[in-house]
Amino acid sequence: MKRKFWKSGVFVLLALMMVLAGCGKNDNAASTTTNADGAKTDDSGSGSETSSGGEIKVGILHSLSGTMAISEVSVKDSEMMAIDEINAKGGVMGKKIVPVVEDGASDWPTFAEKARKLISEDKVATVFGGWTSSSRKAMLPVFEELNGLLWYPVQYEGLEQSPNIMYTGATTNQQIVPAVTWLLQNKGKKFFLLGSDYVFPRTANKIIKEQLKVEGGELAGEEYTPLGHTDYTTIISKIKEAKPDVVFNTLNGDSNVAFFKQLKDAGISSSALTTLSVSVAEEEIRGIGADVLAGTYAAWNYYETTDTPENKTFVAAYKKKYGDDRVTADPIEAGYDAVYLWAAAVEKADSTDVDKVKAAAKDLEWDAPEGKVKIDGETQHLYKTVRIGEVQTDGQFKEVWNSGSPVKPDPFLKGYDWAKSLSEGK
Amino acid sequence: MDVIVLQLFNGISVSSILLLIALGLSITFGLMKVINMAHGELIMIGAYTAYVVQNLFADYLPDSMFGWYFALAIPVSFIVAFVFGLVLEMGLIRFLYGRPLDSLLATWGVGLMLQQLARSIFGAPNVGVKSPAWLDGGMTVGDNVFPYKRLFIIGLVLICLLAMYVYIYKSHSGRRMRAVMQNREMAACLGISTRRVDAMTFAIGSGIAGIAGCALTLIGPIGPAIGTYYIVDAFMVVVLGGVGKLVGTVFGALGIGLSNTLFEYWTTASLGKVLVFACIVAFLQWKPSGFVALRSRSLDN
Repeated sequence: MKRKFWKSGVFVLLALMMVLAGCGKNDNAASTTTNADGAKTDDSGSGSETSSGGEIKVGILHSLSGTMAISEVSVKDSEMMAIDEINAKGGVMGKKIVPVVEDGASDWPTFAEKARKLISEDKVATVFGGWTSSSRKAMLPVFEELNGLLWYPVQYEGLEQSPNIMYTGATTNQQIVPAVTWLLQNKGKKFFLLGSDYVFPRTANKIIKEQLKVEGGELAGEEYTPLGHTDYTTIISKIKEAKPDVVFNTLNGDSNVAFFKQLKDAGISSSALTTLSVSVAEEEIRGIGADVLAGTYAAWNYYETTDTPENKTFVAAYKKKYGDDRVTADPIEAGYDAVYLWAAAVEKADSTDVDKVKAAAKDLEWDAPEGKVKIDGETQHLYKTVRIGEVQTDGQFKEVWNSGSPVKPDPFLKGYDWAKSLSEGK
Repeated sequence: MDVIVLQLFNGISVSSILLLIALGLSITFGLMKVINMAHGELIMIGAYTAYVVQNLFADYLPDSMFGWYFALAIPVSFIVAFVFGLVLEMGLIRFLYGRPLDSLLATWGVGLMLQQLARSIFGAPNVGVKSPAWLDGGMTVGDNVFPYKRLFIIGLVLICLLAMYVYIYKSHSGRRMRAVMQNREMAACLGISTRRVDAMTFAIGSGIAGIAGCALTLIGPIGPAIGTYYIVDAFMVVVLGGVGKLVGTVFGALGIGLSNTLFEYWTTASLGKVLVFACIVAFLQWKPSGFVALRSRSLDN
């Protein structure tokens, strides 16, 4: 009798697991059909001929599982879309691009390991991937050792330059530095710095503090919370006491939800206190609630509402492929740019050889959805237009300021006297 | 002075949230000796239930009714989490009584599966829950604003606590539950169906986690990983309070909530958390069974 119970229990558990596994599979199949196709063609082509035949293999390495999947899956989607579009137009050098998709699983050693696998085993021509600075730092030595080429699509803290990485997201002088200047000119002098406790916010705030000193700002307070922190009542009390004009928000991930909800509950409206975020884009607004964020600001290079003909096509294509409820955002667009820029460089070099592609990529221009971008040959970052947007009640941004023309990337802030100590410290 | 009042309020508010997430855990962990690592995911189920109820209201009912979705979301969250708990108990937990370490591993696995399930159904990004309009704003006293949401959660916790107290100490089935927990064989001899009591107890603990999840949608993120943010705090409360006693859980939550806000105010968020942990470690060195169990031991002596 007892045995029977045991057995039935195991059955129930097994059934439960199968149901769950089934659900997972269905969903994956729906969202990554192109992935499966790619893998198929990849199998038939592997071994015999890689880039000499009718196809060129490229790696896509993002976190498709784990805590970063939230952000990275949509970047993978836009990169896959760019590949499909280029293939539909006949591919590069007349060859089809075949993506090899790997999951970095939000784990930095896994990123390094998969990058090594993509370059040495799959022999991919280039890799598009990464999101967190930790994942980039983990992959960097692998790409340098094996002379691979990584296209990194996210804004980051700067102070880095690798000959084997192309940075298509903003560096600090294309996002944070102009945002601080804009705030000082338009919103007030007293800054409260709030960030998650890891490398990006710490470095960003170091830069901001130096900048405030020379541009006449004032530091009202500085707080860091652990990643995933969800109670901001005490921090909000501190903000209230410090009475800043501006909160410069470098919080990452879910903490933003808790912070903004609780700020609103504490009776601090967006008109009474200006907040500017550098990690809250369209995708994040959906999860926080547009009604909570309306009236706050963000600094990026691209918004879904950015008014260019290229962007209209891009947004329409993205929504058509992945659903009307999906939104585009800055890193999603930077990933898309990366694929096109690489393809253009390969065409120009008439080769997929990393050194030749790099040489061809120098000063390459392209009409991206965000407007004209250009690869800076010296730093391998992009010239990008800086945009400050205000969140509207429909969850989209209204652009309130832009830099007019693309800004030259300056990852080490060499163009700023006050930043000398920072690059030396590094 | 204002700040002290506000921080005290913040501390009580944090404590009430801790209490709500730990209440269900203290029942399953304290009374049944089951280490339920899936407790956080039961919280998540409650939160997503609130999200679904909200969407149903937005889609099928007139706008004027929307504000009241939350009143319905609370009982529905309880029921959905209750049913999940019941299925979990009957399918898995019942085979693991008396094997706390095995229950830890098995429920952790279940937790991971539930997270993936949520990811498959609702997608990996956070979802937005709009709080009802009648909870917007706050009570202004002098310079301080006491948000209605926080007051509402404090009230909700008090009601849950009272309901738990009445259920465990006053009701017929609560009495049977205590009998089974204290002496299973004896209770079985007296004709109590221990299996049914186990299932009910676990399901009620799960249901309360569902209510906690529903309440958390007012103040924090709602995503597949929401449970992992709160599970450690919940265990801290239960262990600090002394397992198996409602009063202990209340003390544990108040202790951690208040000291957390105070330390955080004096230092920083990261350091505040470290200090809280240090205090708990020190306290458990001194009183290894937590706040309340000690009292009974001194009586024994």
